[in-house]
Amino acid sequence: MDLNFTAEYEDFRADVRAFLDKHKADAPVMANVGLRSEKRLKWQRILLEHGYAARTLPKQYGGFGAEPDSLKQRIIAEEFARAKVPGGIAGQGINMLVPTLLELGTEEQKEKYIAKTLSGEMIWCQGYSEPGAGSDLASLRTAAVVDGDDFVINGQKIWTSTANQADMIFCLVRTEPDAPKHQGISYLLFSMDTPGIEVRPLMTMTGRAEFNEVFFTDVRVPTSQIVGQRGEGWMVANATLTHERGMLGDPDAALSRLNSIAEIMQNEHVDGKSLMDNPVYRDRLVALEAEVYAMKFNGMRLTTASSEKKSAGLAGMIVKLQGCELNHRLAELAIDVMGEYGILFEDSPFLRDHGLWQTHYMFDLGLIIGGGSAQIQKNIISERGLGMPREPKAAKA
Amino acid sequence: MYFGLSQDQTMLQDSVQRYLESASELEHVRGFAEGDNSLAENLHNGLMELGVPLVLVPEEFGGLGLGVLEAALIQQAMGRFVSPSGFTSAYAMAVIGLREAGDDDQKNDWLGRIAGGSAIIGVGLTEATGAREGAGLTVSGDKVSGRASFVMGAELATHFMLTSSKELLIIARDSAGVSETALTTIDKTRHVVMLDLQDTPCTVLAGDGVAAQARMIDMGRVLLAADSLGAADMMIEKSVAYSKDREQFNRPIGSFQAVKHMCADMVAKLEPCRSLVWYAAYAQDHVSDEAALMSRLAKSHLAEVGKYVARTSTEVHGGMGFTDLLGLHYWFKRIGANRQLLGGPETVREEAAKLQGWS
Repeated sequence: MDLNFTAEYEDFRADVRAFLDKHKADAPVMANVGLRSEKRLKWQRILLEHGYAARTLPKQYGGFGAEPDSLKQRIIAEEFARAKVPGGIAGQGINMLVPTLLELGTEEQKEKYIAKTLSGEMIWCQGYSEPGAGSDLASLRTAAVVDGDDFVINGQKIWTSTANQADMIFCLVRTEPDAPKHQGISYLLFSMDTPGIEVRPLMTMTGRAEFNEVFFTDVRVPTSQIVGQRGEGWMVANATLTHERGMLGDPDAALSRLNSIAEIMQNEHVDGKSLMDNPVYRDRLVALEAEVYAMKFNGMRLTTASSEKKSAGLAGMIVKLQGCELNHRLAELAIDVMGEYGILFEDSPFLRDHGLWQTHYMFDLGLIIGGGSAQIQKNIISERGLGMPREPKAAKA
Repeated sequence: MYFGLSQDQTMLQDSVQRYLESASELEHVRGFAEGDNSLAENLHNGLMELGVPLVLVPEEFGGLGLGVLEAALIQQAMGRFVSPSGFTSAYAMAVIGLREAGDDDQKNDWLGRIAGGSAIIGVGLTEATGAREGAGLTVSGDKVSGRASFVMGAELATHFMLTSSKELLIIARDSAGVSETALTTIDKTRHVVMLDLQDTPCTVLAGDGVAAQARMIDMGRVLLAADSLGAADMMIEKSVAYSKDREQFNRPIGSFQAVKHMCADMVAKLEPCRSLVWYAAYAQDHVSDEAALMSRLAKSHLAEVGKYVARTSTEVHGGMGFTDLLGLHYWFKRIGANRQLLGGPETVREEAAKLQGWS
């Protein structure tokens, strides 16, 4: 154990701080709001230029070309959080498509798409889930039939975030209907302006449309727009899943939620007594505090493992499941301690914290379900992590 | 920044685990639980030969001069094999008590005796975490009277370190005026006694007893958390192994999602606890302003997750988990005892709230 950073890293931290002091005024307020705004694009340009976005991606495609170093990544994240400054654009294009293209794209695809995606000029959405293909994604049915030099696509996608803003989609379609389900899928890239695409916002329980449905009717896409070969789409899509994603269940986000709840409990009064004086609420707060710190230290353990190029095994596999669950329970406590005021929503008088705790509580449930549901996570932990036997195939009736 | 165990720490833990795997196998533990004290002696001697117990004794007194993190790793291995051992009290809490509150002569004398094997010190500090049944000690000159309840490490103790609330003191177990009542607890892998003292000769440690016992409790709680971590690790491993082996409906029960998800839930809750215990132990020596808080968070959280793993693992084992034959209950009960000793989770959490000005 050594919680100190060496001089090299402390120097790096000083550089990050100096950068933030100098450029902070150019930063937008929120990370993923106003993706098209000039302010957002300018900030992205500044970050790319200084290596605070796309840090380890090759220079030739618009990255910064630095050696991967998870401690430096952590320092960047810490300092940006401390300065309350959003980092680079973190859309599905940058997080999922770019790594996929780097690994499996043609040279032409890399040149055409990566730099524009990194700069924020080109926004992508992900066409994976379908109404009939959620946890069993490989059963997807959106069909792409070859006609001349084109695929002709018909079908429907769902849970497509940013589809209403996206220029492009990376999309899984069934091109070989007679092959076994995992071998009949192809991975296509096409413009959201292609005739035959209709985007409908999908209103969720939060009262907002965080997702969309996308309908394809005779959408024609050149056959050259495929990544990998026909029938290899499942493998192409899974190549990026092996790139570890720490986006969900961020332990520092949980700690900041915990601190906000402690503030609410100290500042809100019922009959002249602070909520913190209620021993039951206080006990719940400290119980969650222990979990928040456990996850924070688990995250530090993962950073160390990653900097040593070692797998963290189970400690990494549980992050999505446990992190989302913890955030959800933090929101639950915030609502509970506020009592009747906890149900105020939207533009109500007396609203606390813009009603965001109710939004968190609902949206976090969405995160527990999405991105590999909690039950799928448990299958992965038990089968891949613990080596427990797979579910036998159901016998045909 | 390096968050993890060093190679030396991993090797230390591995060597203790390798030793205990055979020396503390279940049939020996069972014998101990049924009244044969020889396992405690064998383990004590065996671990002494490995040089392990003196981890917290400074080198100048013949010890290893290592830290609480090393002690926690050893304790975790003991929890893993439900080993009867007074390590928590004799080699961790008592050593810290002497280091914090002993004057030079007392340190020389007692740490020397501990290192030489002639003093094994059980510890009773329950009165500092809440007095019950009229317990409490009064010192008058060099004599002590009163009651100390839930004194830990009684298996092999030659002496006891106790508290009068203000002072830490040591008595010899065979002194005049010591009346000992064995307490029967659910956890038969460790011995707890109640002491009634009447004008018993004692050595009062010269330094600040209040501060020293606070440090002892902080560290003792970290070790109880580490013990539960080790015990819970083993319960999960046993669950997974059993579920692969046991067949019902012509398939291993581990292929049923209901069983898989129980195991995944145990892992998801327990794995972050490992880092929490590491940090809480490390903080005792290196992050003084967080030591008290982290000890309480680790103790209370391991109490909760330990209990969850204990019951869930028992359920995965089905009817067999409920039998004496399988012996899984030794782990169940060890975790149950760790939860209550030195303060149950609600008590400890309330202390954590106070530390942060929340109460």
